[in-house]
Amino acid sequence: MSGRQIMTADEIRRATIRLSHEIVEKQAGTTGLLLIGIQRRGVPLARRIATSIAENEGVEVPVGALDITFYRDDLSMVAQQPVVKGTALPSGIDGRTVVLVDDVLYTGRTIRAAMDALVDFGRPQAIRLAVLVDRGHRELPIRADHVGKNVPTSREELVRVHVVEIDGEDGVEIERMVLEPAAEPVA
Amino acid sequence: MSIHIEPDASAGTLPAVPSVDVAPEAQAAAWRHRHLLDVDGLSGAEIDLVMRTTDAMREVLARPIAKVPALRGRQVTILFYEASTRTRVSFEVAAKNLSADVVNIAAASSSVAKGESLIDTVRTVEALGAHMLVMRHSVSGAPYLAAEVFGGSVLNGGDGWHAHPTQALLDLYTMREHLPGGSLEGRKVVILGDLLHSRVARSNIWTLTAAGADLWRCGPATLVRGFEAWAARGAAGRRFHVTTSVGAALRDADVVMALRIQRERMAAGLLPSLREYAARYGLTRERLALAKPDALVMHPGPMNEGVEIAPDVAAGAQSVITDQVTNGVAVRMALLYLLAGTHRGDAT
Repeated sequence: MSGRQIMTADEIRRATIRLSHEIVEKQAGTTGLLLIGIQRRGVPLARRIATSIAENEGVEVPVGALDITFYRDDLSMVAQQPVVKGTALPSGIDGRTVVLVDDVLYTGRTIRAAMDALVDFGRPQAIRLAVLVDRGHRELPIRADHVGKNVPTSREELVRVHVVEIDGEDGVEIERMVLEPAAEPVA
Repeated sequence: MSIHIEPDASAGTLPAVPSVDVAPEAQAAAWRHRHLLDVDGLSGAEIDLVMRTTDAMREVLARPIAKVPALRGRQVTILFYEASTRTRVSFEVAAKNLSADVVNIAAASSSVAKGESLIDTVRTVEALGAHMLVMRHSVSGAPYLAAEVFGGSVLNGGDGWHAHPTQALLDLYTMREHLPGGSLEGRKVVILGDLLHSRVARSNIWTLTAAGADLWRCGPATLVRGFEAWAARGAAGRRFHVTTSVGAALRDADVVMALRIQRERMAAGLLPSLREYAARYGLTRERLALAKPDALVMHPGPMNEGVEIAPDVAAGAQSVITDQVTNGVAVRMALLYLLAGTHRGDAT
């Protein structure tokens, strides 16, 4: 990691356990609960929350993975199409409480896309949102129900979540974006 | 990539965690092409990207609402100068599944019948708002000419004897899907029939040999002309054989693809008769028995049943011909999606 660390592996572990308790408490149990991770780092986080719920409640909550690429609002603006990671939802989201899980909540555009994608699969009773890090700067009227850590940031900063399953280590770091050097003034 | 959709969660026990690919980011290949004119310019990594994107499209096709908004606001014009059912409809369904607006032009009932040139037609289509042009033409190379004047992306839906890239990619996808281990490496793949007139056969040479298949071409001497020289010249690391012996070709084959006898392109004297062709080269149950017991039977369609393939083989347990059609929609969705990214760029 190259930036300043704002969450250690232990802090991620504790935050994940707290999120799992909050989710179960809000639902008053596990009935009808469904965890859906947003590709890519939301997927391992959703699995960890499910594991934690299983340890505490003795119930296996179904976990799915959602790829929001086809629903992005900037697809007509990108020069190169993003690589699709794949979607695998447990069948039958009708009437269930779907908890979307993602690593970082920023503009809210990913969550907007995820909700559009979800309603194409059915009609959940409720959609909730759990994130490991909320860094602010929303551009849409969206907020998270469950937050691992609130981190004040500036738009010039990057927040990177690393998870063992993908990156080989756990941790959250923050770093200043390297801006392009200013162009030479035109004579 | 493997995606397993779990059984219905509401029925009794809750399902296990679905297995979803979270492979390292490093493998993500970039797509650099503005047009898809043939498969000869695609790298192995790009072919893999098409295959993986097709996996995602298959998942979309399995949804209760098999439609995503990825190409919303894009106009896809389908301009066919030759008869077609499956390719044209397949492109149309693919574009609609991605929420594109689809315009269909059949050359026979358009201004082409009044003598409009290809270039003028392409300019007109662009002026009418087309972002992507799917085109079929009886003249080899016609889509290359269209790509020179069209400002968006051109997808070749088949040109003359030359190329049929989406067919080659859907054939590859279907083989990978059905062969154990999902790989063509070292597999004996036989393409049997009218190779001379076949754009499917020409495009398939690139993708199948690149995937490591041991590729065999078989047909009467008059219909394999030109391919022997290609095989004899050889390309580094590619396995490619041409034979007129149907026995040598089929023996221990893993995949047998029969090609249509293209009567509309057939010059006189190439075949004594269709009956004689069927008797000597038709894919019958007896001939298929020479191949491995679980060999796949394929055909790009449309079939002349009783000529190049016997009806009981075409509909038999080893046939994956209808899978080819279904996979065709997913492959074309993948290609439309990938090409849509660069339509304003200057990449080739």
